[in-house]
Amino acid sequence: MKFALFLGCNIPARLEQYESSARGVLGKLGVGLVDIKEFNCCGYPVRNLDFKTFVLASARNLALAEKKNLDLLSLCKCCYGSLKKVDHLMKEDASLRKEINATLEKEGLKYEGGIEVKHLLSVLYHEVGLGPLKEKIKNSFEGLKIATHYGCHVLRPSQIVQFDNPVAPSIFDQLVEVTGAKSIFWQTKLECCGAPLWGVNDDLSMDLTEKKLTDGKQSGADYLCTACSYCQMQFDTVQKMILAKRGTNHHLPSILYPQLLGLSMGLNREILGLEKNQLPISGIEDFLVFS
Amino acid sequence: MFFTISLYIALAIFGVGLLYKVWTWFRYKIDIDTRNISTSARFFAAIKGIIRTLFSPKIFTLLKVFVLDILLQTRILREDFLRWLMHMCIYCGFMLLLLMHALDEVITSVLFPDYFSTINPFMFLRDLFGGMVIMGLAIAVYRRFILKVPRLKTNAMDGYAIIIVAIIIFSGIILEGTKITSYSTYQQMQGDYLELDDEQELRALESYWVKDFGVVSPNLKGPFDTETLAQGKELHEMSCAMCHSRPQWAFTGYGVARIIRPIALGLDRANMPTTIWYIHFLACLIGLAYLPFSKMFHIFASPLSLMANAVMDKKKSDPANIATRQIMELDACTHCGTCTLNCSVGVIFEEIPNFNILPSEKIASIKSLAAGKELSEQELKIIQEGVCLCTNCYRCTVVCPVGINLQDLWFNVKESLLQKGYPEFLSLSPLSYYRGLMKEEVVKDKYQEPLDRAREAIVAECELMKIMKMGDKVLPLTSTDRDFQSGLSLSAQANTFSACFGCVTCTTVCPVVANYENPQEVLGLLPHQIMHSCGLGLRDLAFGSNMLWDCLTCYQCQEHCPQGVCITDILYELKNLAIKQVKEKTSPLMEKTL
Repeated sequence: MKFALFLGCNIPARLEQYESSARGVLGKLGVGLVDIKEFNCCGYPVRNLDFKTFVLASARNLALAEKKNLDLLSLCKCCYGSLKKVDHLMKEDASLRKEINATLEKEGLKYEGGIEVKHLLSVLYHEVGLGPLKEKIKNSFEGLKIATHYGCHVLRPSQIVQFDNPVAPSIFDQLVEVTGAKSIFWQTKLECCGAPLWGVNDDLSMDLTEKKLTDGKQSGADYLCTACSYCQMQFDTVQKMILAKRGTNHHLPSILYPQLLGLSMGLNREILGLEKNQLPISGIEDFLVFS
Repeated sequence: MFFTISLYIALAIFGVGLLYKVWTWFRYKIDIDTRNISTSARFFAAIKGIIRTLFSPKIFTLLKVFVLDILLQTRILREDFLRWLMHMCIYCGFMLLLLMHALDEVITSVLFPDYFSTINPFMFLRDLFGGMVIMGLAIAVYRRFILKVPRLKTNAMDGYAIIIVAIIIFSGIILEGTKITSYSTYQQMQGDYLELDDEQELRALESYWVKDFGVVSPNLKGPFDTETLAQGKELHEMSCAMCHSRPQWAFTGYGVARIIRPIALGLDRANMPTTIWYIHFLACLIGLAYLPFSKMFHIFASPLSLMANAVMDKKKSDPANIATRQIMELDACTHCGTCTLNCSVGVIFEEIPNFNILPSEKIASIKSLAAGKELSEQELKIIQEGVCLCTNCYRCTVVCPVGINLQDLWFNVKESLLQKGYPEFLSLSPLSYYRGLMKEEVVKDKYQEPLDRAREAIVAECELMKIMKMGDKVLPLTSTDRDFQSGLSLSAQANTFSACFGCVTCTTVCPVVANYENPQEVLGLLPHQIMHSCGLGLRDLAFGSNMLWDCLTCYQCQEHCPQGVCITDILYELKNLAIKQVKEKTSPLMEKTL
């Protein structure tokens, strides 16, 4: 089992703990990762500006992975959504494929649609499987209530992204429960985290984030859990800014899924980068029962 | 006389240039916050900072950087072995030539009292160092002109640097070659250093030199008999060998000597060695005098940039020093292109041919900005677009071989450009996320302004929106824009909006709409209304609504639409078209300039 690891722009610059914890967890599970240095932006941030630019940026990544004959593993859900969308377009729309490939040709690249785009969670669920995952769990969480935040671009548009049932998804919850934690039901589970508007319309972005935080808290969650760079930055860095600015009391820290899984697999805290989160999450270790 | 005067002129230009450049480091500005720190305040802050650093444990960091990053250039090695080899060849070869050969009177002959440029090891080393530079130049030419690396740009300054070094080295080698063959030089030396009257002896020595030292004589051609040669050798060892090793050791010059042998006499009569000496000498002086104004200035600025960045900290360092460092970094840039080759959005240049997207090219524009050059509105807009088209992934900063903190530079330039008042539509995209995170760094009352301005600029081009804004709910009869209707086809969602039957599900599930008590007041048209206006071909209404720019792209609407209308994708497309329309109307020249 080997994948080309797609980190995107945010993770190496602002969310190193996501990379290190994901590498740690996947390494233990025997999932091989290949780094392709030439990868570029997935195109997501320029989709507002120009469609072709968006497709070209994404397609170049797909072409690079195809050149190595590797499926692509994305950690970020916005990257995943963009890569999936362009993968779909390049496979279905022959004239667009021809046009984009003509540009890629300049650097000896082309995309013929020979690979698949996967997300960390789908690899863990479908490729590794819950059974083998369970075997690697050393220390279970007990009494820990987690609110899973699915993230929009992995669920919708479901025809394109094909991650899980868009209305009643369960992959993430099952993956959380493998660690012994309980995945709670909360109303706004499938809603947006607010990140796409951060920096564009901060008040609106904060409203939407706060709504989710309030709901999570009221539904009894101890922590939020994410598996996307934007969602995590929104619930971590931006939540910290919201707490400072609005002085509200929603305090509901967010943990990245590989950090949660890594703790129950007994991985080193350094690798999991627990201290690198903006809002402290080390309290979560109190829920661990060491066997 | 000529030698001394021209040398001093070159040195004077070099010195004045150096001072001028250093002065600009303290005078030019990028950051708005530091606009009011005076040149002298920045100068004294720098002195204070330098002294404080030198007498602190940070000196060890500096030493480490000096050895690893400056002398051994490990940052280039990490990136690419071939480029490291290229740079090491040029830099070591040239430096050693400068110290051993150009400054031989001041350095080499002091260190080695029996120094002569024509004896080994000096003669061999001179050619070895020259050979190294040539090898480096060859790699540079190969990389820039033969290996077609996408998006690696070569500008006039890169060409100049290669050419001036090449002229210096090749003229030196040719000079050496012509001097080896030169009969007049031989005669002159013989006259100066030998007291021989005997014809036979003179013939013997000359024969020996013609045979073994490459001299081309008009009188003697060989073959020579062994006796004469033996006598010549004896005389040579008595009088010449102290200062002359065999010329084969000067392998490049000797190679030239062999090649020019058939025409050597003519060249010598035309006094070629002197002419070439002038070329060699003048090329060196031009290189020296122009150095502070060329990219070769990085010899001074790059080590300083590396050391400054190793010990400076954005949070702790004096803002005056950060401002100075950022200007100095512009001079440290060698235009090597590493940043561009690693840029996350470099590929976008293929679709949007704005040079300012590429980090290595942005630097040139920023230099003009910092120098306070008057730039036109078009030019400023183009630079602004280039600076904003950045995902802030820090890759350029991580890989820069001379340690420039490019990320901070982009951020400061972006903020100062956004204050100039031109709308930037990229600020209405997720590219703004980083700016949101860095909110604290932006002057508080300047944060929101660019965001509002971009929206206003779009609405300003929508006639129907202006009427709506005035409170008039009745719109004039407007004809259907068929081009607009059929133009919505980019993402293969063509015309799905026409399937809309107005059930309002999209608006009902939209979390943005749900956030407001009176959503229409804030958002303008709601999702289902936008779909409807697409159906009616009312482009102004679709483009002018805040809903477009407040869309999260969470795809709830599209997922829930019972008619399969690709609402979110259509909203994306409308945003593309709106930006394109405004750009075409307000900056028709921009596309042309690009």
